[in-house]
Amino acid sequence: MKILGFFRKRASASAARERLQILLAHERASVSGFDLVAVLREEILAVIAKHVQVDSRHVRVKMERGMPVSTLEVDVEIPFDARARAA
Amino acid sequence: MGKVIVVTSGKGGVGKTTSTAALGAALAQNGDKVVVVDFDVGLRNLDLVMGAERRVVYDLINVIQGEAKLAQALIRDKRLQSLYLLPASQTRDKDKLTAEGVEKVITALKSAFDWVICDSPAGIERGATLAMRHADAAIVVTNPEVSSVRDSDRIIGLLDSKTVKAEAGERVEKHLLLNRYDPNRAASGDMLNVDDVLEILSIPLLGIIPESPNILRASNIGSPVTLCDASSTTAQAYFNAARRLAGEAVPVTVPGERRSFFEKIFGRKAA
Repeated sequence: MKILGFFRKRASASAARERLQILLAHERASVSGFDLVAVLREEILAVIAKHVQVDSRHVRVKMERGMPVSTLEVDVEIPFDARARAA
Repeated sequence: MGKVIVVTSGKGGVGKTTSTAALGAALAQNGDKVVVVDFDVGLRNLDLVMGAERRVVYDLINVIQGEAKLAQALIRDKRLQSLYLLPASQTRDKDKLTAEGVEKVITALKSAFDWVICDSPAGIERGATLAMRHADAAIVVTNPEVSSVRDSDRIIGLLDSKTVKAEAGERVEKHLLLNRYDPNRAASGDMLNVDDVLEILSIPLLGIIPESPNILRASNIGSPVTLCDASSTTAQAYFNAARRLAGEAVPVTVPGERRSFFEKIFGRKAA
């Protein structure tokens, strides 16, 4: 019990340290004007919009800034038009 | 020519004003001529912490606007002959704090004092950027707590980009003052410890100020802790920080960290 409590206590400061290290690595990079994940997000959406009319309500973007990798998840509902015919 | 120091943090409530007062008084006790300048227009408090709130006639804005001479606005400390205060305005518009005006005042103070210590407002707006603008060195006051560390990191970024020195390709000396530190909680792993904060912010350590009731007592009576309670661990920590600021090599100790052999082995108190 005591040992468990000891480890649980240790966890909070090290959790703080790890969260800060990841957060600040990203903030330092983006304050200098370049946030790769944000740039990718914008450009990917622009490419999709060039080809299909996308309703912004049906676009979900999820970002997980991590260390050493971040993930960017773009979930777009592309409308299927059944009336369109091949020319 | 005096040295211009900004006491800054980003986050509010971490102890900028109490640290400005304590360090100012500590430096003045060495016989150096010190002026502490309140940049928190609209929310001044350095006058109160210094116990000079009833003696404010003119302020920084009056001087910038040309309504008072600098010498008229400076308040000499009643206890320390070489300590002066330049209060901020409580009622005037913050926009009256102009870049040119601040530059003029700082230049004048620099030639008359050994130390010009600027107490920055919280935040990263104009008041804060103007307080750091002409600094030769910065004291970043940080609490061992996530939001304070994050904001300190942001402020360090501004010190490296928005100051006169940075724009001229030079560096503003940066010093970390770790405030409200509780060695027991850090030892038990419930508070970021000194090494954690140093590793994250990677600027040199000026001092560690322990969490202590002395600080509240000092502000209650309107006296810097280095004046009213000079023998306390808190005051000693500030005295040491002041000596390091002046370039003396004083080893940094963690105040209050006196643990028995038993405690060192088994962690904290068996409670």
